[in-house]
Amino acid sequence: MRENVVVRTVSRLFVPFIQLFALYVIVHGASGPGGGFQGGVIFATSFILLLIAFGLPCVRGRFGRSWIRAYAAGGIIIFAGVGLTCILFSGNFLEYAAIETALGIPHLQTLMIDIVEAGIGITVMAVMTSIILDFVGKEEEEPL
Amino acid sequence: MNAVISQLPPLLIVIPLLGALAALLLGKWNRAFAYPISLAMIGFQFAVSLVLMESVMDGDVIHYYLGGWPPPLGIELVIDSFNSFVLVVILALALLTAVWAHKGADLDIVPEKKVSFFVVFQLLITGLCGMAVTGDLFNLYVFLEISSIAAYTLVAAGRNPRSLIAGFNYLILGSIAAGFIVIGIGYLYIATGTLNMGELAVMLPAHYGQTTVYAAFLFMMIGFSIKVAFFPLHLWLPDAYTEAPAAVTILIATATSKVTAYAMLRVIFSVFTLQYVTDSFPVTELILIIAAIAIIAGAVLAIAQDNLKRMLAYSSISQMGYIMFALGVANQAALAGGILHIMAHAVMKGCLFMVAGMIIYRTGFTAIRQLSGLSRRMPVACAAFAIAGASMIGVPPTIGFMSKYYLVLGAVEAGEYLAAAVLLAGSLLAAVYIWQVIEVMYFGDIHDEDLGGGLEAPASMMVPVIILAASCLLLGIFVELPLEVVGPAAAMLLGGG
Repeated sequence: MRENVVVRTVSRLFVPFIQLFALYVIVHGASGPGGGFQGGVIFATSFILLLIAFGLPCVRGRFGRSWIRAYAAGGIIIFAGVGLTCILFSGNFLEYAAIETALGIPHLQTLMIDIVEAGIGITVMAVMTSIILDFVGKEEEEPL
Repeated sequence: MNAVISQLPPLLIVIPLLGALAALLLGKWNRAFAYPISLAMIGFQFAVSLVLMESVMDGDVIHYYLGGWPPPLGIELVIDSFNSFVLVVILALALLTAVWAHKGADLDIVPEKKVSFFVVFQLLITGLCGMAVTGDLFNLYVFLEISSIAAYTLVAAGRNPRSLIAGFNYLILGSIAAGFIVIGIGYLYIATGTLNMGELAVMLPAHYGQTTVYAAFLFMMIGFSIKVAFFPLHLWLPDAYTEAPAAVTILIATATSKVTAYAMLRVIFSVFTLQYVTDSFPVTELILIIAAIAIIAGAVLAIAQDNLKRMLAYSSISQMGYIMFALGVANQAALAGGILHIMAHAVMKGCLFMVAGMIIYRTGFTAIRQLSGLSRRMPVACAAFAIAGASMIGVPPTIGFMSKYYLVLGAVEAGEYLAAAVLLAGSLLAAVYIWQVIEVMYFGDIHDEDLGGGLEAPASMMVPVIILAASCLLLGIFVELPLEVVGPAAAMLLGGG
């Protein structure tokens, strides 16, 4: 990749703000438009910007295959874990109200939605990044 | 109904999904973990499906609201006699395929990819379970995509480079089909404002005259016809079945195609209702004609094949015609025959593809003419092939005979004598293509002496084959057992349930 000061500097400035905006969209999901999927995709775009400005090795170095795999699985585990916890509190799958009434903590339901949205966001972010990196990368460096 | 059973429908999907992730993460650490986890998860699903079937046998229906939100806000899971039966059939087959794949996967999957192979295998089965249990049309589409994407990946997973081309063709045609289905679902949502199948069935009659609903019906019919490889839209199937890894062929030929057929029947009978389908336009007659063409054309093409797996693939196209035939006749006997044939075809085609895979595993032979004298080298496998083949033809007392008997009975009751004759002609053609193989296996001379004898496959491959071959016979003799579930299921579909 040819050195390009403008692109690199602007990207370096932008990436934290993109990621912050992604987190905002994820957390906003419980009360308004937004949510895990959208936020996760926005988070992944920050890695795409890094990829364009700094090249594949830089992104792979920061976010390697095994990390991507761990994040992709971890998000689903958070999602399903919250869902199954609801069953333990004798509600239906993902019925947060059951936990709220059982523990008596107000607004726990909204918090649970945020946790689930965060789980979705993590998985979407990891999978989106992995798709882009696999498109760009020529050869499998390390097979699954 | 007790509390544990009422929580089983979501667990059927969530626990194996987590299991697949555990297999991925632990398999990364040590490759030997992936397979046992996968097998345990499929075993768990099979056990759950048996419990669910047992609890809905007496006509109960389990409704489960995800998140406690009743429809139309939330997604509903519904277990009734029809889908619990389909679940038991596909999970039994999936379990046997997984046992078979313990050794069978070595054939086409490189060791480094075995972990991801079994994870995707697990995801495919979980997606199919989701398709079977959901009572929400869009949810059905989501699970259809999960299982389809897993299937595309698995078809392309083999060592054979042609499997990539087959997987890619399957991906393109499957995605077009998915597009058609989701457009149809969208039109239904425009017309009614709900995606819940039960609510749609109640609300649709007020909108029957609308062009939107016609369009929705046709889009979904075409989409599902591609997915089940109904005759003129079958082009992805022969390559996908032939070039896919052996274990994958068994799974998609038995489980995937059956659940998709289930989804199609469910949409036509439970969402649109038979009343609409027969009154609005002559679609059942059209389906009957195309199904008759599919039965004959698939069988004729199967006769012309030299490759064993490809011959069985064309035979699947012919057999899918039988299931669609039930849809075309649409009376109690024919529909019972069709649902019975979903099970019968899964059992016998599973057995045949397993034997085909074992032959490749031991000898590397793919062409039918190479199988000369094979019965002296692999006697048990060839006997299983002969039994399942007899069932495919419809020789009594096999299960294939029983399902075809009910189909013919239904056709005669409906006064479709020509269609009944086509069914019988299809059986005769099946006798030709199955006999080709049996003749070579049993009466041919051994050509390559240096291969030696005693090539019987290992026990982990042999046991599933023997179980399936025995089921072909036993399910036919004790046909009352499946009919106890199939009869009410057919009646429920005709009643628009």
